[in-house]
Amino acid sequence: MRKLFSNQERRFGFLPGRQRQPELPDELWEKCAGCGEMIYLAEFEQNAHVCPKCDHHARLGARKRVEYLLDEGSFAERDDAMRSQDILEFERPDRSYEQKLQDEADKAGIPESVVYGTGAIRGEAVVLAAIDTNFFMATMGSVVGEKITRAIELATETRTPLIIVSASAGARMEEGMFSLMQMAKTSAALTRLHEARVLYVSILTDPTLAGVTASFATLADVIIAEPQATIGFTGPRLIEQITHEKLPEGTHSAEFMLERGMVDCIVPRSDLRRTLARLINLYSAQDLSPLTDGLPQVSTVL
Amino acid sequence: MAYEFEQTLVDLRERIGAMESDLKNGAPADMAQEVKALRSELDRQTADVFANLSPWDRVQIARHPQRPRTLDFIRYAFTDFVELHGDRRYGDDLAVVGGPARLGDTPVMLVGHQKGKDAKDNQQRNFGMAHPEGFRKARRLMLQAEKFRLPLFTFLDIPGASPFLADEERGQAWAIAENLLTMSQLRTPIIVTVIGEGGSGGALALGIGDRVLMLEYSMYSVASPEGAASIVWKDAKFAPEAASSLKPFAHDLERLGIIHRVVPEPAGGAHVDPRGAAHALKTALVEELAALQELPLPTLIDRRYEFYRSLGVVAP
Repeated sequence: MRKLFSNQERRFGFLPGRQRQPELPDELWEKCAGCGEMIYLAEFEQNAHVCPKCDHHARLGARKRVEYLLDEGSFAERDDAMRSQDILEFERPDRSYEQKLQDEADKAGIPESVVYGTGAIRGEAVVLAAIDTNFFMATMGSVVGEKITRAIELATETRTPLIIVSASAGARMEEGMFSLMQMAKTSAALTRLHEARVLYVSILTDPTLAGVTASFATLADVIIAEPQATIGFTGPRLIEQITHEKLPEGTHSAEFMLERGMVDCIVPRSDLRRTLARLINLYSAQDLSPLTDGLPQVSTVL
Repeated sequence: MAYEFEQTLVDLRERIGAMESDLKNGAPADMAQEVKALRSELDRQTADVFANLSPWDRVQIARHPQRPRTLDFIRYAFTDFVELHGDRRYGDDLAVVGGPARLGDTPVMLVGHQKGKDAKDNQQRNFGMAHPEGFRKARRLMLQAEKFRLPLFTFLDIPGASPFLADEERGQAWAIAENLLTMSQLRTPIIVTVIGEGGSGGALALGIGDRVLMLEYSMYSVASPEGAASIVWKDAKFAPEAASSLKPFAHDLERLGIIHRVVPEPAGGAHVDPRGAAHALKTALVEELAALQELPLPTLIDRRYEFYRSLGVVAP
């Protein structure tokens, strides 16, 4: 993982065009969703699922994300078996919510869309939560809210910097108001983290929309976006459906949001570890125990 | 206007109204007997219709164009209201209203979503779909409430936060998220009432409190039934099915522990008797505030936290 982005690997890992044959076995190749080029899978993996040709940042599963972000072998996952329940007995048209959850778990290889635990980045201890769009488009239900809240609480209690890699297409309809209330729960937990002055860095990946953006994903000290990630409250396709008008190219992109002052910086995946380590170092340099000089504490948390 | 399920009731009420004005204008006194009979017939039919409402009927009541709005409840249940405008950042969003007022003798701060009462009003108020500056105006008033130790009352009535590109450019998600953070830790009692349509994140942006009340025929939902239907059923015409599955009504949500109290509405719904609805709400708000004022602030804020912390159902 340490030397993944060297130029040499880029040069030699990517096979020249003439060797690309349609009859090559699928498992060796990945088609880039950005430029359509065929990428040799080993190269794609080594490059953290970023296209070496066009720099397109493909969506990354939660376990892969953990692997790419944390020091090798440092991750200790928590609550890895937590599942949702069909509390509303939601009458889906095709299959029960229970069945749908099972199908999503089989497809994604994880029982819900959040993976969280403790680990280290360049030796710095962190609490990390990563959200996986392969599971139910990372819609937010009780499990997403609960795991994110537990990650926040763990970071608060242990005074460890919190990193959340967010993604979501929206709310989990099948959990009704329990889904909406996860916005309240995670935000409330963050007030305590901020009051304790524990660093929280939020990483917005493609796509981060709706209730996740309107709660924990943006309530951070530093908001980093991945290049070209779709970010917002009402997504571009939904706006087009409502207005019956085509949106210009590039609305909702990380670059669009940076220009409008909504995110702090855009960091390519290859630079994330270095940037996070640097931020953690800078923000943890001072003694952050409560002040005893009679001056008021910091009045507002963000 | 009237919906199909209430048409017979509306016709009856009109007939009674016409006869009553005839009586005032000297119609024969025996008409009074007839009016009395019609009144009990109306009561009987109202009870019957409202005992058999379908989920879709309930959605229509919650969205009824004649349903009293935040400013109506402020007018009928509070005094000395001074409306304050603007977020001091960008503009004044008329889909959110607020300012200080009095509940009985107690000075309080009020903030609510405001739908329009007619086409022109709705155009100005964006059909109640608040912009980021509306949520930021609300946050400004919340912080004032804390500063001046005024209990905060919020009123929820929004189809959903404004969903246009301009709202994205001004940080709709950021504005909502900041309110969630602010309300979670605001050092003053907060009482939330869903008065009509509590639509998703835009509703929650005014919706975190120590006590959450719903009017009997209001709704509160993670998405509109139409929106949920197009996601789950891939077709908005399944909105009635979604309305049933989402469990968005006051009694559902009280049973599920998402809200604390259902405030009864006058027979036939709040739109038939806005003053009566406001009076019932005022009684409930006075009781709730008295109970919250017994608690020390740290206890209040800890309890608020524990309530939201507990919401969600997971296994194991």
